Order: sequence, then structure tokens, then C-alpha cells
Amino acid sequence: MRFRDPEKRKNDFKEVSLGLTEAQAVKEANRCLQCKKPHCIAGCPVEVDIPKFIAFVKEKDYLGGLKKIREFNMLPAICGRVCPQERQCQGNCLLGKKKTPVSIGALERFVADHEATVGQAELPEILPPNGNKVAVVGSGPAGLTVAADLAKLGYDITVYEALHEPGGVLTYGIPEFRLPKKIIQREIEFVKGLGVKIILNWVVGRTQTINELLEDGFKAIFIGVGAGSPKYLGIPGENLNNVYFASEFLTRVNLMKAHKFPAYDTPVKKAKNVAVIGGGNVAMDSARTALRLGAEKVYIVYRRTEHEMPSRHEEVENAKEEGIEFLFLSNPKEIIGDDRGWVKALRCDKMVLCEPDESGRRKPACSGEEFTLEVDQAIMAIGQTSNPILVRSIDGLTLWGEGYIKVDHDGRTNVPGIFAGGDITTGAATVISAMGAGKRAARAIDDFIMGRKETSPKTPEPVLTS
Amino acid sequence: MFQILDKNKIATLVYEMVVGAPYIAGHAKAGNFVVLRLHERGERIPLTIADVDRREGTITLLFQKIGKTTVELSLLNPGDSIKDVVGPLGHPTPIEKYGHCVLVGGGIGSATLYPILKALKDAGNKITVILGARTKELLVWEDKFGERADVTLITTDDGSSGRKGLVTEVLKEVIEREPVNIVIAVGPIRMMKAVSELTKPYGVKTIVSLNPIMVEGTGMCGACRVNIGGKTRFACADGPEFDAHEVDFKELESRLNFYKDEEGQALHLFLRKKKRNEIQRS
Ligand SMILES: Cc1cc2nc3c(=O)[nH]c(=O)nc-3n(C[C@H](O)[C@H](O)[C@H](O)COP(=O)(O)OP(=O)(O)OC[C@H]3O[C@@H](n4cnc5c(N)ncnc54)[C@H](O)[C@@H]3O)c2cc1C
Ligand SMILES: Cc1cc2nc3c(=O)[nH]c(=O)nc-3n(C[C@H](O)[C@H](O)[C@H](O)COP(=O)(O)OP(=O)(O)OC[C@H]3O[C@@H](n4cnc5c(N)ncnc54)[C@H](O)[C@@H]3O)c2cc1C
Ligand code: SF4
Ligand code: SF4
Ligand code: FES
Repeated sequence: MRFRDPEKRKNDFKEVSLGLTEAQAVKEANRCLQCKKPHCIAGCPVEVDIPKFIAFVKEKDYLGGLKKIREFNMLPAICGRVCPQERQCQGNCLLGKKKTPVSIGALERFVADHEATVGQAELPEILPPNGNKVAVVGSGPAGLTVAADLAKLGYDITVYEALHEPGGVLTYGIPEFRLPKKIIQREIEFVKGLGVKIILNWVVGRTQTINELLEDGFKAIFIGVGAGSPKYLGIPGENLNNVYFASEFLTRVNLMKAHKFPAYDTPVKKAKNVAVIGGGNVAMDSARTALRLGAEKVYIVYRRTEHEMPSRHEEVENAKEEGIEFLFLSNPKEIIGDDRGWVKALRCDKMVLCEPDESGRRKPACSGEEFTLEVDQAIMAIGQTSNPILVRSIDGLTLWGEGYIKVDHDGRTNVPGIFAGGDITTGAATVISAMGAGKRAARAIDDFIMGRKETSPKTPEPVLTS
Repeated sequence: MFQILDKNKIATLVYEMVVGAPYIAGHAKAGNFVVLRLHERGERIPLTIADVDRREGTITLLFQKIGKTTVELSLLNPGDSIKDVVGPLGHPTPIEKYGHCVLVGGGIGSATLYPILKALKDAGNKITVILGARTKELLVWEDKFGERADVTLITTDDGSSGRKGLVTEVLKEVIEREPVNIVIAVGPIRMMKAVSELTKPYGVKTIVSLNPIMVEGTGMCGACRVNIGGKTRFACADGPEFDAHEVDFKELESRLNFYKDEEGQALHLFLRKKKRNEIQRS
């Protein structure tokens, strides 16, 4: 894969990875062994028929390859860019046992991007309208997948989205330099092309209740509202000025275009020395965004070691190349403010790793030493939890953990007719696991409305990362 | 797109605007707000739903020209539209039969208080309203309050209308004169803080509506976090109303000043551009 020069790319928001050239793609496709029992497929939460689509690439029939992928995955240009492939499809590739696995994600991205240059691949088959309305709450990857799959089966689908743009985390969380907005727009246009309606500025539970949707004639409702609420560490100083939750920092830049202030009205604070706390994708994205806003020094402060970091491997490499400094085994205990109430330093404990616990993870413990980092901005990227607005508004819905919706394997909640999937059921996970949940729920909704017995085949459980 | 149906200037720097938004009107309760964005490049800002007309499907917003977005909003006219309006957001005010309620409003705080007055009145409460402003021209909706409240008391710093002095002086007299079951205060931070400090020794339950900077307004970003009794809460999802005696007003004030430089810059650039356009046109 080709990447832009770190010295150049760290100053702008243009995409870092340039993808494969046609020649590279064909060469990569030819490495695939076309296994009779392809393990790669088992690693993909939506079971893309990887060898089949790669076979099309070998033949240089890129639109054919894309059509094959779309039978399983409606957002290939997105997944090709953001899936943690090293832990999913590519992690399972037979070639990876001895040498380098096939770059399945890069190939997926290649065929999807190719379409943009040559015109649209054939639309998948759409069954005639069956007269049944289904409402989807949330336009993230889970919601979009349910919408697309049911639209193909002839359902009349309306997606309700609280924000002024569709896409969920894809739009407000993942930065432009990793996932350009025009790629998201194209894939969402494709979903709309299947007949899906998307209504923005609509907070279900507030603008309209779930019961009112049911009264409006929706036969089933899918809830894919994500796990959008930021977690906090609960250390002193978290409310000082220039302490951001990653969600706010990234939303300001990605959704509100604060990096273009004052051409856009929403500001974001630029800082000189920035500490980002956390080790997942959200932390990497925050750090690299802070760098692009002009920070001189950006630290990732993570309490475990590089080995435990849940972030996509490629993004860690990219961040290092761009000059982000990693402070492992460092646990923040206080954010120190100046007399005006602004951040001036971060105090951390130095950690050591203990023996592995039951889960096999080695837990960090205080070493007794501490250190202080002089920074003028701190960004908390330690995870998200469920957003209670909608969940709390549904009577009798069974929840688990920190307010996540409890569902069975196929997304059924305990309330008949109400289904859920994605981060709101699992906690913060991945784009493709949300899509996998969407796929299973779409089948279950179809079964429910058609009065069929549960027929959905089992698919793999989601992989939790961020 | 959300159509503007009516607009009036009702006090110095303060406008009243009626916007078509049937679903929001149909679901709004006292204490709710909307978040709006004027156009593609606009900022999302919260404004209280000051009144609703369910039959017409409209909401009324009251706003004070204070920075770029509110100045730009004040330049829109009936027939124009606002790109995004989302709501109703925030927890509704808990409406009960408290007995005697005292509502204290400073300036634009009236926007929040008016629907609360209506709801509390409907629930059978006796209501005293105390409205304060620097001067007569800054008073908002005192006639509308007067029509519904049992007693309406006006104070101005300069004595140009009602009593000369601060709302807290009048509030103190009311509390000493008769039993008060709840005080709800909305206005500038300094005023809410003063009210809170006054009622605390009397042990009168006091609620304030906080106005931190918000982004999306649905509990997803944490921009609006406030410190309530030592705990971090999100004003948009957990509030915006909180027990006044638990609020860290100092932190709130500091956080409201976070973007002071950028806000000044945005307004300055906007006004300069507007002026340039006006000169070119004339
Ligand atoms: C910064 C960041 C980087 C990430 N990077 C990666 C990555 O590289 N690879 C990867 O696989 N995963 C990544 N993830 C995780 C991934 O984005 C999420 O797991 C995935 O988006 C979850 O999808 P979802 O459909 O469940 O919810 P979301 O994407 O969260 O979408 C939910 C949508 O529902 C809307 N909504 C919420 N409440 C309501 C309501 N009441 N009414 C109407 N709409 C509502 C929200 O506004 C939102 O648009 C990242 C996450 C973040 C935050
Ligand atoms: C729940 C809620 C309800 C609100 N209801 C109303 C209302 O009904 N009518 C109304 O006029 N205003 C209301 N506000 C305040 C309103 O949102 C701000 O005045 C507005 O965001 C200012 O935007 P601006 O671009 O015009 O000014 P900016 O350029 O953003 O700010 C200019 C000046 O205003 C101050 N400021 C910024 N944000 C706020 C804020 N949230 N509150 C107070 N001062 C602020 C800044 O310190 C700065 O000095 C409410 C705020 C909240 C949180
Ligand atoms: S969707 Fe993701 S996991 Fe599945 S094949 Fe594509 S890149 Fe791999
Ligand atoms: S496991 Fe690897 S080599 Fe085998 S089919 Fe899948 S991608 Fe090709
Ligand atoms: S405004 Fe984003 S959490 Fe309240």
C-alpha cells in the first residue's frame, strides 16, 4: 500500500493512505491461493466471499468484484479503509501463517474506489415493494446495513438520525485523513439508491417516541444508536479549560469543520503540547488531528504497553511516522490547571505489568514512581458508553452493563418488534461488527414481519476493539 | 429546512422568532430547548423553547444578540429558513403541585421561565414572578408574565421600571414575608449564584437552568459538562436544570469563557463583511 510522505501529510487533512494502483491490485490478487476452505471468510463478521471477489480482480473485472462484495457488504470503500483487518479477514488468511497475508482490505478498497472513476456497478436485485414499513434509528454502520438489506427485500425503510448529517461515527468520529467524507457520502448515496429514506435532525425518543412510530404503521423498529457517550477517568482537573473528551474534539473537527474556522463558525482550540489519554482508534485519531491542527508535540499516554493497544495496527505505525510520541505504562492521575482554570500539566503514575489475570491480559499496577508532563491541552480518549436518551425512553426494555440493550444473537430485544444492534448492544466495537449485527437483525426483522420461524444461520460473534 | 414565520424585536438586543417545527412543537415541555444551525457553515447553538403553538405547529424562540450566530439569526426575516433545528432536548422541568413557587428571571432567562410558569400554573401552584434587568429597555415579556402569574415584581438596576435594585433583594423580602416552596432562577450566572446563596440558609429548594457551551445537545460529546455536587453531569442530557445549591458556578463561568478569543474573532469578521457588503450595495 502507498502512503503519503509523513512530513507533508501531518500538515493537512487529506487522506494518508493512497491505496493500491491497478497493477499492484492485480499482483496482490494473484497471490491469493483461492483456498477450497477459505479461512479468511470466517474472520469477516459479514462473511464477504473473499476468494470469489478476488478472482474477479485477477480477471480485471473490478465492477464484478465490487458487485460480489456488495452481496455481503454495502460499505466496501469504508470497510476497506477502517476494518482491523489484521485481526479479521487478513488475520485468518492462510498465507499469513508463513508469510504476508493477502491485503484483502486494500483490495476491497481498490474495487470500491475504482467504481468512482468508471461509473456505477450494477445495482443489486431489489424485490418489489412488499408494503411493510420499518423504522431504523441511527444512521451509523449498523443502521445503514439494516436499511440496505431490508430495502433489497422490498421493505419501505425510513432511517432517523439525530445529527444534521448521516453516517454515525463514520461522519463525526473518524477523521477525514483516514476516511474522506466524500467516500462516506458516496456509499450512503448508494444505500439511498436502494430506496432508503434518511430523515436528519430527528431524535427518536424526543422528536417522536418509539410508540408513536409504531402507531404510524412501522411494523418493526431497529435501534442502532451507537455508544456515543464519552467516559471519563474521574481524576481531578477533568473540567479545566482545554481538557477535551475525544468525542467533542473530533466532532468539532469532523462534523463541524472546526479546522476551517473562521470560514466555518465552530472553533476548536489549537494547542502546542497535547496529551492524548488512551490507546484505541479514538486516541490515535485525536492525536493525529491535534498534530494537524498545528501542535508541536503530541503524546499518547497509555497505561499498558504497545502490545495491548486496541487500535488498528496501521494507524499506530502511521502515528509514529508522523512523530507522535508514545508514553506506555503511564497512568494519568491529575490534570493540573493554572490560576485561570486552564490546563498546564498532566501528572501520571509510572506503571509495571503484573502476571496475566484470568482473561490472559497482564494488568498494569503502580510502580510507585510518577512523572509530570507539561502540556496545554489534554484529550480523554478512554472509551464511550451508552447514550441514555432513547434507551431510557422505552418501557420494559432489558438492558445490561452500563445501559446497553440486551439482544439475542439476531438482534431481538425482549420487546417484540424492537430490534437493536451495533455499539448500543455490545459497547464500543467496530464498524464491521456493527454491520454484521445489522445483517443478522435484517434477517430477523424479515422473519418477524413475514411470520416465519427463526431461520437465520449463525455468524461469528463481533470482535471488540476500541 | 425550518421556516421563520414571524420575528419581532422586543427589547434592546432581544428578538422573538416564531419557527415552523410541528413535531418539536408537539413534544415540547417546559424546560426543553432546541439546537439550531443556520446554514452549512454554521455553529450549532442551543435556544430554549420559549413558547409553542401546537395547533399551528410552531415554536417561539427568544434570543439575545450576543455573538456571531445570534447576530446572524437576528438578520433573518419571515420567509427565510433555518437549515437545522433539532429537539425538544433536555429534561423537562419537574412539574408538581409545590404550593408557592417563586420564579426569578434575569434578562433573556425569561425565555426559559415562561413555559415553566404556564406549566406550574396549570398544576395549580401560586406563583410569584420576579423579573430583573439593568434598565427598562432590557425587560423581556413582563406583560406576558403579568397576565399569568399571581404576583409579578419588577426590578431594574437604575429604577427605570419597578423597584430600583437587584432581584435578590426582592426575593429576600418575599421569602421573609411568606412561605416559599420552591425557587426557580434563570439568568446570568452571577444572578443565579446570588439567588442560590440567598436561598441556601433559608433551606428553600432552588433550581437553576444552566447554559454551558454545547455542541450536539444529545449527550454525545461532553462539551456541556458541569460540576454538580462534585460529580460531572452533562447539561444537555442530565439537565439543563440542576439543584442550585450543588452547582459549581465558578467552573461554569470559566468554561463559558473557553472560546472567548474565537467568538470575538468570528463576530468581528462577520460584522466587517456585512459592512463591506452594505457599502458595496449603496
Ligand atoms: C474516533 C473513532 C474511531 C474509530 N475507528 C474505527 C476504525 O478504524 N475501525 C473500526 O472498525 N471501528 C472504528 N471505530 C468504532 C466504530 O466507528 C463503531 O464501532 C461503529 O461506528 C458503531 O456503529 P453503530 O452503527 O453501532 O453506531 P454509530 O456509528 O455510533 O451511529 C449511531 C448513530 O445514531 C445516532 N443516534 C443516536 N441516538 C439517536 C436517537 N435517539 N435518534 C436518532 N438517531 C440517534 C447518532 O447520532 C449516530 O449517528 C471508531 C470509533 C471512533 C469514535
Ligand atoms: C440550554 C440552553 C438554553 C439557552 N437558551 C437561550 C435562549 O433561549 N435565548 C438566548 O438568547 N440564549 C440562550 N442560550 C445561550 C445561547 O446558546 C448563546 O447565547 C449562543 O450560543 C451564543 O452564540 P453566538 O454565536 O451568538 O455567540 P458566541 O460567539 O458563541 O458567544 C458570544 C458571547 O456569549 C457568551 N456565551 C457563549 N455561549 C454562551 C451560552 N451558552 N450562554 C451564555 N453565554 C454564552 C460567550 O462567553 C461570549 O462572550 C441557551 C444556552 C443553553 C445551554
Ligand atoms: S469487510 Fe472488513 S473484515 Fe470483511 S473482508 Fe472486508 S476488510 Fe475484511
Ligand atoms: S485465506 Fe488468504 S489465500 Fe486463502 S482464499 Fe482467503 S485470502 Fe486467499
Ligand atoms: S452538548 Fe454534547 S454532551 Fe451536551
